Amino acid sequence: MKRIALLGMPNTGKSTLFNRMTGGAARVGNWPGITVELLSGKILLGDNMVEIIDLPGFYDLHGFSDDEQVVRHFLHDNVPDLALVILNATQIERQMSLLLQLKQLDMNVVVLLNMADEAKKYGITIDSRKMAEMLGMPIFILSGKYGTGYQEAMQAVTRALRYPTPGMAEELRSQLEQDEHIEAEMARVMQHAVQVPAQLPDNLTAKLDRVMLHPWLGLPIFFGIMYLLFQGIFILGQPLQTGVGGALGWLRATALEPAFSVLPPMLNGLLLDGIYNGVATVAAFVPIIVLFFLFMAMVEDSGYLSRAAFLMDALMARMGLDGRGFVMLLMGFGCNVPALMGTRVMRSRTLRLLTMLVIPFSLCSARLQVFVFITAALFAPKTAPLVLFSLYLFSFATAILTALLFRRRFPAEEPFVLELPPYRFPTLRQMALRGWLEVQHFLRRATKFIVAGVVLVWLLTHIPFSAVPAGPDTLAGMIGGALQPMFAPIGINEQLTIALIFGFVAKEIVIGSLAVIYGLSGEALGSALGQQLDWVQAYSFMLFTLIYTPCLSAIATMQNEAKQPGYTALVIGWSLTLAWLISFAFYQGARALGY
Amino acid sequence: MPQSESTAAMFAITLATLHPGDTATIVSIHAEEALHQRLLALGFRGGKRVELIRKAIFSGPIQVRIGTTDILLRRSEAAKITVKKA
Repeated sequence: MKRIALLGMPNTGKSTLFNRMTGGAARVGNWPGITVELLSGKILLGDNMVEIIDLPGFYDLHGFSDDEQVVRHFLHDNVPDLALVILNATQIERQMSLLLQLKQLDMNVVVLLNMADEAKKYGITIDSRKMAEMLGMPIFILSGKYGTGYQEAMQAVTRALRYPTPGMAEELRSQLEQDEHIEAEMARVMQHAVQVPAQLPDNLTAKLDRVMLHPWLGLPIFFGIMYLLFQGIFILGQPLQTGVGGALGWLRATALEPAFSVLPPMLNGLLLDGIYNGVATVAAFVPIIVLFFLFMAMVEDSGYLSRAAFLMDALMARMGLDGRGFVMLLMGFGCNVPALMGTRVMRSRTLRLLTMLVIPFSLCSARLQVFVFITAALFAPKTAPLVLFSLYLFSFATAILTALLFRRRFPAEEPFVLELPPYRFPTLRQMALRGWLEVQHFLRRATKFIVAGVVLVWLLTHIPFSAVPAGPDTLAGMIGGALQPMFAPIGINEQLTIALIFGFVAKEIVIGSLAVIYGLSGEALGSALGQQLDWVQAYSFMLFTLIYTPCLSAIATMQNEAKQPGYTALVIGWSLTLAWLISFAFYQGARALGY
Repeated sequence: MPQSESTAAMFAITLATLHPGDTATIVSIHAEEALHQRLLALGFRGGKRVELIRKAIFSGPIQVRIGTTDILLRRSEAAKITVKKA
C-alpha cells in the first residue's frame, strides 16, 4: 500500500485537510522509530488504497522540539511515497523555507497552498503556475475549509503516486546545512511568484483584539466567555445525559433482564450489575463529552485559546506552567479527561507532564454530583452554597500548591513563543468531525478500563457469595475494615471507605455505592447520612473525595498520553497523599477547636 | 558576529523594551540554539522589521508582528532580540 505523509507548520489547516481526505475514518497507529501515536486513515485514490498519515505540525526540520523529532524520525524510518506539504498561503513569505528544506530531501512532493480564502482577503496573490515552474514541484491553491481547489489537488496527488519516490538521503542533517542557498532561492521565488501587500488591512481581527486583549477588560471578558461555555454545555448536556441514561435503563429492563434470566444468578449479576452498568455509566457521559468537544473545537479553531494564553501567562508562569495550562485547568471543571487530552497543544513534554499533574485537581462535574448530594443532606440551605464554593477554592489551592511543589521536577525547557492566528469562524462540518474523532478515541479507551474496573468492584462486593452483597463480610467490607486505621484519623467510617474505593472507578459511583451499602436511596439515604455523620466528618469526606485519585478514565488517559507507568503512579500516589494530609489537618484541626 | 555585538552594545535596545506601536529593525538574536531555530522559523531574522502590537499586564507576554504573522512571546525571550528603532 502506498503511503502519503501530510507535512506542514502548525496552524496550516493540516488536520482539517486530513479530516476532509479521510472523511473522519481515521485510526491511531504506532509507527516504527517513533514513540507517539499518529492519526492515519486509508482511502481509495484512483484504483489504489492509500494510507494517509497526519504528522505533527513543525516549523523546521532542524528543530529540537518533540514534534520536530517525531517528524524527522518518521521520515527517516518510514519514507513516504508522497509528501503532501501544506503551507498557509497567508504566511507564504516565511513558510516557504520549510518547503525548500523538504525539497532537498528528494522526495515525491505535492504542495498545497491552503487558506486561499484568507490570503485573498489579505490581498496576497500567488502565481502558483509560475511558482511550480520555478521550484519544479506541483503546486495547488486550495481552501481546505470550503473545499475549493480540492478536487484538482487530489487528482494531482493520484497522478504523483504513480511514480516511485526517489528516496531520501541518509544524512539528512548535513544536507540541510545549506541554509544560505535556501534563503536565496526563497527570495527569488517570492519576487517572481508572490505579491504581498505592504500593510495589512486593519481587519476584523485587529478590531476584535483591541477589546478581547484589552489590558484590563481582557480577563473579565475571557472569564465571562468561559462561564457561558460551561453553562451552555451543562444546560444542553444534562437532558441528553438523562435521556441516554433512561434509554439504557429501559433496554436493561425490557430486553437484557428477561434474556439473561436463564443464566446462573452469579453470571447474570456480573453481566448486568457489573459490565452493563459500568458501560452504561460511561455511555451516559457521552453527550456531555460530545458537547464539550464540539464547543472546545469551536473555541480552539476560532483562535481564542491563544488569546486566553496571552492573558493568563503572566500568572501561570510563576507556577511553572504557561497560559495554555490555565485553559486546560478550566476545561477540567467540566471533565478532566478532555482537559488531559487537550494538553497535546503543548510541545514540551515536561510542561505537558506538569500540566497533567495539576488538571485532576479541577473539581469535575462528577465530583460536583457527590458534593451537591452531601451538602444538601448535611448543611442548612443557607450554608450549602458557601460550602460548595469553599470546595472550589480548595480545588484551585491544591492545583497551585501541586504546581509550585513539582515545578522543579518538571522544568519546562520550552520557551513560550506562540503564533497568534487571526480569528476564524469554524464550519459546522469541521466541528462535527473533530468532535466525533475525539469521542471515538475517548470511548475506545474508557470502555476498556471501565469494564475491568467495574468487574473488579462487583467481585469485591460479592465474594464470598454467601455474604450480603457489599456487606462487612465481603472482600470490600474486609478491605474497608482493614483500612479503618488509616481512615479513622480523618473521620471517615467503614461504609464511606468502601464508597471511596468505588469512587476510584468513577466519582459518579460514590453516591450510588452508598445507596447499595446503606440499602437506601435518595432522601432516605441523605437523612441516614445526616444522622450518622456530623458536618466535620462530612466535610472531611468531601475534601478527600475532591483531592484523592483521579477516576479510572482520567488515569487511563494520562497513562495513554504520558506512556510512563512511573508518572501515572506519581499522580495517584501524590493525590492520595495530599488528600489524606489535607483531610487530616482539617478533621483534627476542627476537632481540636471543639467542633 | 563581532560587528553585530558592538552594534547591540551601542544601542542596547531589545524587543522587550519597545512600547506598543513602536516599529524596529532586528539587529541580532542572542538565544540558545533551540529558541534561535524557533525564532528563525517564525520569521525573526536580522534586518526584518517588527512592530510591537501590545503588552500583557503583570509583565505578561508581548505581541509582535513580522510581515503577516503575529507572534506572542514572553518578555524574557524578547530580551534576547536586539533591535534598532525605526
